[in-house]
Amino acid sequence: MIPLSYYVILSALVFVTGVVGVLIRRNIIIILLSVELMLNATNINFVAFSYYLQNVAGQVFVFFALTVAAAEVAVGLAIIIALYRSKSSINVDEFRLLKW
Amino acid sequence: MAHLFFFYFAGVIVLTSILVVALRNPIYSALSLLIMFFHVAGLYVTLHAEFLAAVQIIVYAGAILVLYLFVVMLLNLKREERYHAQFPIGALLGLTIVTEVLLLAFHGSSPPEPAPSGTSTPATNGVTEVAGVTDAVAGPALSAVEGNTETIGESLYTTYLFPFEVASLILLVAMIGSIVLAKKDIFEQQ
Repeated sequence: MIPLSYYVILSALVFVTGVVGVLIRRNIIIILLSVELMLNATNINFVAFSYYLQNVAGQVFVFFALTVAAAEVAVGLAIIIALYRSKSSINVDEFRLLKW
Repeated sequence: MAHLFFFYFAGVIVLTSILVVALRNPIYSALSLLIMFFHVAGLYVTLHAEFLAAVQIIVYAGAILVLYLFVVMLLNLKREERYHAQFPIGALLGLTIVTEVLLLAFHGSSPPEPAPSGTSTPATNGVTEVAGVTDAVAGPALSAVEGNTETIGESLYTTYLFPFEVASLILLVAMIGSIVLAKKDIFEQQ
């Protein structure tokens, strides 16, 4: 039987990869992909705990996380298209409208 | 055998998630994310969450990834400089979090063992060690005898009926919002 901590470590590694991706990349699409990585990392955690505690609540929460991820992708990609239309670039450095 | 499967899936997941961040071309990033989604689904199967594995492939790989690829190809990007100036800060923060989590994982108390599959009650022995937290979220037990899909569906339509309805509302709002955002000149027709 695989120890639960292995799953926690795996999901921590994936989550941290997502965090680093959000911080270091300049392409807005890759930033959204990194957010997907983070959501998947939490899902792995939820399912692992759901199995080890023999409780179905974790899997139900993964279901809801999936819903939120789908909504996030739809809205996020629409925002990217709107941004690209106004600036014809998706480089985050170009968007400094709120900067003084 | 279980270890073999776990290490295969975990290795591929970590490798492809690093590739998502590191690759230069967004299309390659999206494709390596696709491979990662498939292996996460495989990991779910080893954890006896077959329904979620199917949903993972259908929703993530089938819908979300295709949407990403559509947008990447629609925008027709030229390759640009890839890393932000914050690269050292990001790497430092990532290293800190990894160290913290590894410390927590190895210094914590022993993880609970899964309950024997014959019993359908929420495991009493293993859960008490985790204390407190599990009492609050004590839902229906995950029985190995019934189908996984059946158990999830039952608890989704009884215990989690209200969140389920809220989720459908979220999807509706996202649908309308993305149409309004992406449509050209929707407010300037008059």
